[in-house]
Amino acid sequence: MMNENNTTTVGSDSQAFSEAVCEARPAHISGVAISDEVVLETRDVNVYYGDHHALHDTSLAFHKGEITALIGPSGCGKSTFLRSLNLMNREIRGCRVEGQIVYRDHDINTRRENLYELRKSIGMVFQQPNPFRKSIRENITFAPKRHGLTDRAALDRLVEESLRGAALWDEVKDKLDESAYALSGGQQQRLCIARTLALNPDVILFDEPCSALDPISTLAIEDLMNQIAQERAIVIVTHNMEQAARVSNRTAFFYMGDMVEYGETDQIFQRPNDARLNDYLTGMFS
Amino acid sequence: MAKIMPKRNLERVGLGVTGACVALVTLVVLALIFMVAQRGLTTFIKDGVDVAGFFTGTKWNLASTGPDGLPATGALPLIVTSFSVTVLSTVLALPVALGSAIFTVEIAPKFGRRVFQPLIELLVGIPSVVFGLIGFHVIVGAVRAIFNVDVGLGILPGSIVLAVMILPTVTTLSIDALRAVPDSYRQGSLALGYTRWQTIWHVVLRSATPSLMTAVILGMTRAFGETLAVRMVIGGIEAMPTSLISSASTITTTLTTSMAVYATGSVQNDALWSLGLLLMGMSLVFIMIIHLIGHKGAKSRG
Amino acid sequence: MADKNDGAQAARIRRSMRADRIATAVLAAIVGVVMLIVVSMVAYILFQGVGQLVKPGFLTEAARSNGTAGGVAYQLFDSFYLLVITLVISVPISLGGAVYLVEYAPDGPVTRIASTAIETLSSLPSIVVGMFGFLMFSVNFGWGYSLISGAIALTMFNIPILVRVIQQALEDVPSSQRDACLAMGLTRWETTVHVLIPAAMPAIVTGVVLSAGRVFGEAAALLFTSGMSSPARLNFLSLNFASPTCAWNIFRPGESLAVHIYKIYGEGSPEAQSIVWGTAALLMICVLLFNVLSRVAGKAIAKRMTAE
Repeated sequence: MMNENNTTTVGSDSQAFSEAVCEARPAHISGVAISDEVVLETRDVNVYYGDHHALHDTSLAFHKGEITALIGPSGCGKSTFLRSLNLMNREIRGCRVEGQIVYRDHDINTRRENLYELRKSIGMVFQQPNPFRKSIRENITFAPKRHGLTDRAALDRLVEESLRGAALWDEVKDKLDESAYALSGGQQQRLCIARTLALNPDVILFDEPCSALDPISTLAIEDLMNQIAQERAIVIVTHNMEQAARVSNRTAFFYMGDMVEYGETDQIFQRPNDARLNDYLTGMFS
Repeated sequence: MAKIMPKRNLERVGLGVTGACVALVTLVVLALIFMVAQRGLTTFIKDGVDVAGFFTGTKWNLASTGPDGLPATGALPLIVTSFSVTVLSTVLALPVALGSAIFTVEIAPKFGRRVFQPLIELLVGIPSVVFGLIGFHVIVGAVRAIFNVDVGLGILPGSIVLAVMILPTVTTLSIDALRAVPDSYRQGSLALGYTRWQTIWHVVLRSATPSLMTAVILGMTRAFGETLAVRMVIGGIEAMPTSLISSASTITTTLTTSMAVYATGSVQNDALWSLGLLLMGMSLVFIMIIHLIGHKGAKSRG
Repeated sequence: MADKNDGAQAARIRRSMRADRIATAVLAAIVGVVMLIVVSMVAYILFQGVGQLVKPGFLTEAARSNGTAGGVAYQLFDSFYLLVITLVISVPISLGGAVYLVEYAPDGPVTRIASTAIETLSSLPSIVVGMFGFLMFSVNFGWGYSLISGAIALTMFNIPILVRVIQQALEDVPSSQRDACLAMGLTRWETTVHVLIPAAMPAIVTGVVLSAGRVFGEAAALLFTSGMSSPARLNFLSLNFASPTCAWNIFRPGESLAVHIYKIYGEGSPEAQSIVWGTAALLMICVLLFNVLSRVAGKAIAKRMTAE
């Protein structure tokens, strides 16, 4: 964060900037690949909005225990790509996704895929905290109940586990039946993470989860991502390059609908191969 | 797990239930259009009434049949009266509605939101028979006193009543239209040294024109189709109107008085359905005009 | 030279400022007149009718001599009964239709036809709806003059209003709420039932109650469908729903307050006249109550929702 100015200054030295960021990173994250167990993989995915070809031939793999960051300027296709991974793009009228999206050795981008079951396994956290207008407890139990969990004791256990998993339990355990809207923005976002954890997903997609939060809440969410990444694959779209450098193991850079460069985070930030990535990192454009 | 419905089926249920609602409404509307058209056209196709005569004839009398065995079905007097009250009421209501809208949006927005709009919305809720009743006692009485006539029923009192009835529609929509004009337009104009009034006249009204026209057309739609309030103050004589304060009859008021009199299937009844078809056709025309305005507005905005 | 120019300039500014003041005054006057009209209309009706309204028996007795004597008890009951039947039919259909249009409708001709149909219905004169109701339900279905025919005609009149209100209310719910549900593997149906409709409830309730006020005062669509007279005697305790005197029988004719006013407004007798004004005042009070209720109910629900 101390390098904030550098990202906006044209022509600053990318090397110095990246090294500074990598040093600021928490020790337990390496910035390098740590797993080879692929959970989710895309093969030549193309996305169209009507006639507009928004994403070209993107192939990426996401690994269990790792955080993958998707970076790039606005409109580069990174969010579009993220929303393809849990087939949320199907909810947008006129949007078409082509190519293979392989989850646990099985192509999910088919008409026959049960996307309701799939989305239990691939959870998503959004840009704006979006808890329901219900109590904290109901925010957690709503989806599990709709998926058939009815046992009260099990639901109560689930509430506690999920809130603990999202590092929110101690703050809200005495007011579980109060409205979720009484919480602060950062707490609301952690509640949304807890809500997602309640379905015990294999993969969690984060769509700029901290862009509406203050720096302290942002750090809390980043810590949380590190913890929950241990048993899952995490994909995060972010505008904030320090954040990408801090939290992720691997990084993919998107530009104008193309996935331009993909690699271990340290390599991407310290030794970028593509000129456009280098320009982006040094703040030529954003 | 077993007792909940699979999600895919649940979604089908949702789609089916809500789709059925839309399908039902659509079917009813199509049935309505079809039935009105079918009955309305029977007059000309089966009963042998002359189409041109229907639109240009000036004698409307269902009670007696002529030598050809057909009643007199020249609907021109009714058409003329309908258009007269519609246009006259719009002319009366428009300046007032526009003036109120300008005042509430540009000059006293807080007062507009808190006091004026709730009050004008109250006017929407007043039933048309109540408008008719007040018109019958107050406006007709006033016409009688001012113009020194015996009856006082006719197009003028009808138009005044209608003007008050469409006032809330036109005003509310005009208020929305003016509010939709971006503040930057106003600030730009004021910054150039124009007064508030010049800004309103040259900038705000001009850029809101398409929406204001829609407001006017919607008001006219309501005026054209309004029935009972007009019926109570217009007199009901089905002849070519000779003055604004002599008894006349619109398409809708003729329907009200005659519909229950003639049995379904009779030529007279069919002729009434032709009037219904005409009403329906006019409201479709009004809708089309609104769509055209919207289309054009969208185009000119780019 | 410069002085002269300045003078002309100053004069022009003075002129345009004067025009501004005059315009403002004229507009204020217009608004004043409009408000005066509204207030005096309401006051006039209440003033004319309140004497009759408080007369013993006016609200509790049946009409006599074809409505020119007695009370309006049955008309009052029929008005509310018609309203209830209408809402029972129109609210679920409108809710379903609005949900379809907001959540499910694919882009394409089917959706365009449906929304055009609803728009057409909203602009049709109510007399045309009444004629259709008469032919379809009273004649073709053989229901004659009946409350159910009237209620269906009113439903057709009410549905476009309700669909638009509910559609707007659902669209106003932030789309992030929908995304959250769908991303957890829930269906659009569950999303709508458990999240969107509850969130939109204040606006929906306000809209339904407001539309109820409009339905309550509608008369033209009822003339040929539910008829222009209530039975001479109604038995509210009867559960024989086929009996013509059973108050709850939906196949009996019925007359709303608004139709009652239309029926007897031209009667010359002083008693008939005071009944007309009494009925008008009653109708106005009901409509005002609906108006107030719609605001209060919407606010109360919104408050309860945010408090929980």
